[in-house]
Amino acid sequence: MKYYRSHVLVCVDPDCLRKGAHEALDAFQDELVAQGLIDEVQVLETSRIGACSQGPEMMVYPEGVHYAGYTVDDIPYIVEEHFLKGRVAKKFELPAETAIDEELSAPTPKEVRVVLRNCGKIDPENIEDYIAEDGYMGLAKALTSMTPEQVIDEVLASGLRGRGGAGFPTAKKWQFCRASTGQVKYVICNADEGDPGAFMNRRVLEGDPHAVIEGMIIAAYAIGSSQGYVYCRAEYPIAVQTLNIAIEQARTMGFLGQNILGTDFSFDLEVRMGAGAFVCGEETALMASIEGKRGEPRPRPPFPAVSGLWAKPSNVNNVETYANVPQIITNGAAWYAGFGTEKSKGTKTFALAGDVKHTGLIEVPFGLSLREVVFDVGGGIKDDKGFKAIQTGGPMGGCLPEAYLDLPVDYESLTAAGSMMGSGGLVVMDDETCMVDIARFFMEFTQEESCGKCTPCRVGTKRILEILDRICGGEGREGDIELLETLCEQIKQDSLCGLGQGAPTPVVSTLKHFREEYEIHIREKRCPARVCKALIRYEILPDFCTGCTVCARNCPTGAITGERRQAHLIDVDTCIRCGICMQVCNFNAIVIR
Amino acid sequence: MTIATVDGKVVLEAVDKAVKEHGATIDELIPILNDVNRALGYLPANALDEISRRLRVPKSQLFSVSSFYRMFSTKPRGKHVIQFCESAPCHVVGGRQVWASLLDHLKIGPGETSQDGKWTLVTTSCLGVCGVGPVIIIDDDIYGNVTPDQVAEILARYGETRE
Amino acid sequence: MPTIKNLDDLKRIREEALEKRKLKTASGNVQVVVGMGTCGIAAGARETMKAILDTIEKENLSGITVTQTGCIGLCEREPIVMVTVGEEPKVTYGKVTPEVARRILKDHVGAGKIVEDHKIAM
Ligand SMILES: Cc1cc2nc3c(=O)[nH]c(=O)nc-3n(C[C@H](O)[C@H](O)[C@H](O)COP(=O)(O)O)c2cc1C
Ligand code: SF4
Ligand code: SF4
Ligand code: SF4
Ligand code: FES
Ligand code: FES
Repeated sequence: MKYYRSHVLVCVDPDCLRKGAHEALDAFQDELVAQGLIDEVQVLETSRIGACSQGPEMMVYPEGVHYAGYTVDDIPYIVEEHFLKGRVAKKFELPAETAIDEELSAPTPKEVRVVLRNCGKIDPENIEDYIAEDGYMGLAKALTSMTPEQVIDEVLASGLRGRGGAGFPTAKKWQFCRASTGQVKYVICNADEGDPGAFMNRRVLEGDPHAVIEGMIIAAYAIGSSQGYVYCRAEYPIAVQTLNIAIEQARTMGFLGQNILGTDFSFDLEVRMGAGAFVCGEETALMASIEGKRGEPRPRPPFPAVSGLWAKPSNVNNVETYANVPQIITNGAAWYAGFGTEKSKGTKTFALAGDVKHTGLIEVPFGLSLREVVFDVGGGIKDDKGFKAIQTGGPMGGCLPEAYLDLPVDYESLTAAGSMMGSGGLVVMDDETCMVDIARFFMEFTQEESCGKCTPCRVGTKRILEILDRICGGEGREGDIELLETLCEQIKQDSLCGLGQGAPTPVVSTLKHFREEYEIHIREKRCPARVCKALIRYEILPDFCTGCTVCARNCPTGAITGERRQAHLIDVDTCIRCGICMQVCNFNAIVIR
Repeated sequence: MTIATVDGKVVLEAVDKAVKEHGATIDELIPILNDVNRALGYLPANALDEISRRLRVPKSQLFSVSSFYRMFSTKPRGKHVIQFCESAPCHVVGGRQVWASLLDHLKIGPGETSQDGKWTLVTTSCLGVCGVGPVIIIDDDIYGNVTPDQVAEILARYGETRE
Repeated sequence: MPTIKNLDDLKRIREEALEKRKLKTASGNVQVVVGMGTCGIAAGARETMKAILDTIEKENLSGITVTQTGCIGLCEREPIVMVTVGEEPKVTYGKVTPEVARRILKDHVGAGKIVEDHKIAM
């Protein structure tokens, strides 16, 4: 094997490619050959070594020096300085920390960690770790010094609202269930987290399972229940495993089982796995699924608090709702109510996704503006493009345009704006996003997940999808918009459960805020964002094309022809608009029309 | 080798084990179906017969339940089931290319089982690990940050020696 | 594991747990924590964990506690490994392949030299 004294890694991620990573690679090779260093220094392609913002980024090992912000013309200088003279070419060096971690330093100042406080800190499979962090103190306090009514009052005073979607006051729900007649009552945790891109609950279940368990035991004490279930989606096997280990440990230590902490209160807990159906996140469907039936929603009332699992009074809360409870009891309602806004207290975890710089999970107090979330916590739009819209509330939520950026993030504001809080998915879209395509995308999801029990949802979502497909396919007709509006209204009114009622929201909100985009698709047969495949064309700019043949060799359908060193041409009829040619062209010669 | 239908005895054993584990009541139907589906790779008709008999649940109800959930299959599946996440977050970080590479290597389409009975390819919605997308799951192993050229190597881990 | 029968039991266990933790740092012990949430595992945390345990066994290293934790929230940097040597501040590493894990054990744990190119500023 050849021995190299140095390795140069050049980032060839799309961002860096666009900024000329291939040219840089070539120039390096040439320069190393010219300096007689080619046998000593190896140039390699790599992915993502930094923010790609000053691409093409490059790393030199073994020294671990990070260069960025240079042009092809600077390469001889870098080679000479670094490899001949053996000193760092300071001009282009990025300090190691900003280089790799600028975008990752977490948590940002605006974050507040209540639910996530232990995640990534403690060993979830070791109950002592949780106890060391004041774990089970809330339970001990509740059981030994508070009556169930006092627990409910404390939660009421904290202002805690359900984190699973609708934001119903948690204490009220507990009150109803407590007041229901019957000896047997159930406490159920909804861990069916099905919104694409959202994984807040998984993180809590895997990182701090005892917080959820403790919250459920406290709820059971408040309600008067002795049996609980966690309904976890089958796609989360590791969460299920962690949870089972935690339950076993809690049982051994006496937090679950008979006579908990020496009191006469008894409670036990079991994990139930789903089997792959999004609609099972809806509480009545979830209970049907636990009972061994098809996971289909049923009309409410009767509400679960009156007649739930096996027709017994039942309380369903989300993972995050329960995980808040121990700390509310330990630290007091006033402490918790100190975060957030008047009507939305505390913090909320969000999955920030899409075209923002820092995607991932965040936990912020309610009341931050969307702008703060997107730009301060999320670091702004990727590649410094423009902001176009933010979608809140998951597949049944709505898209809000720039004018709403100063909206505070709380239950009421989002609902008033025509969207919703949902479980906490936030998808940021830059100005190259086609809103009709987005609406179609969400509709595809809900249509596929509709359980089919009621006709408006089953048939209506299909009809909407057909119309949207048609519009994106360049075959939109006059009247389609009005037709969509009527259909949306019907589905919203007549569907049985939240899935059907919420399914039209992405369409309604984009129609409201981005109507002209629909109109352009329909009337001008044009996709302004250049996304809808049927409405765009790939073209080679003869002035930029060097005839390098790369595109022709990569085109899967052979749609590109041309002689070496001559401008190439794309045949519109053969082209399937896969975009590969544009990605591989090093000269930015291919454009979308 | 073609897709073998599972031997009757194996089916009975799998059902027996699941029913013993969870108890013969309708409340435990989904955990039982889950176990049997995992043990056999799918829910063969004779397994449903047996469950129906043991739990005293009409077969029609069993069919109705097992067809509702995506995780259950009433058709035989390959030895290894590959789940590919098709949700948007994975899609935008290169999922499309990984998908193409999978199709290319396996020579089967979504929902299909390969001729030799080795692979079944299915798509799934978000698996909640978007931070390391694109994501595929083979049996119980989860792979993140998958690139198209890793596909061959990952598939090769499920060689003949591994049962 | 003891059974906790009242509040005092719980407080005692809590004190003990805290004490155990303090002992670990005070004695100059090394703590290695691997992020083993689903995304960590998907990114290869199991192999990383295995490499760490194998190396410790093969090289007969002592005074090292290896534990796991859930998601840290830096999914893009998984697998993540956190190293605390005695009372020194915790160092978080990202993209820790088995290769990098061995380097961390050798350079950081063994020789007190932080593996800068995989360090994450927290
Ligand atoms: C289609 C659909 C899917 C849902 N998915 C979830 C889910 O994954 N997790 C969840 O907690 N709630 C989900 N919900 C809301 C639940 O029905 C219920 O309101 C919630 O679990 C109550 O808990 P909370 O009061 O703590 O929010 C869903 C609702 C609908 C209509
Ligand atoms: S609205 Fe849709 S998902 Fe809900 S019950 Fe009706 S068909 Fe099923
Ligand atoms: S369009 Fe680009 S890739 Fe294609 S031949 Fe011209 S320069 Fe080369
Ligand atoms: S978009 Fe795809 S099919 Fe069309 S010319 Fe380019 S590479 Fe060929
Ligand atoms: S989108 Fe693939 S795991 Fe979430
Ligand atoms: S959720 Fe696991 S570190 Fe991202």
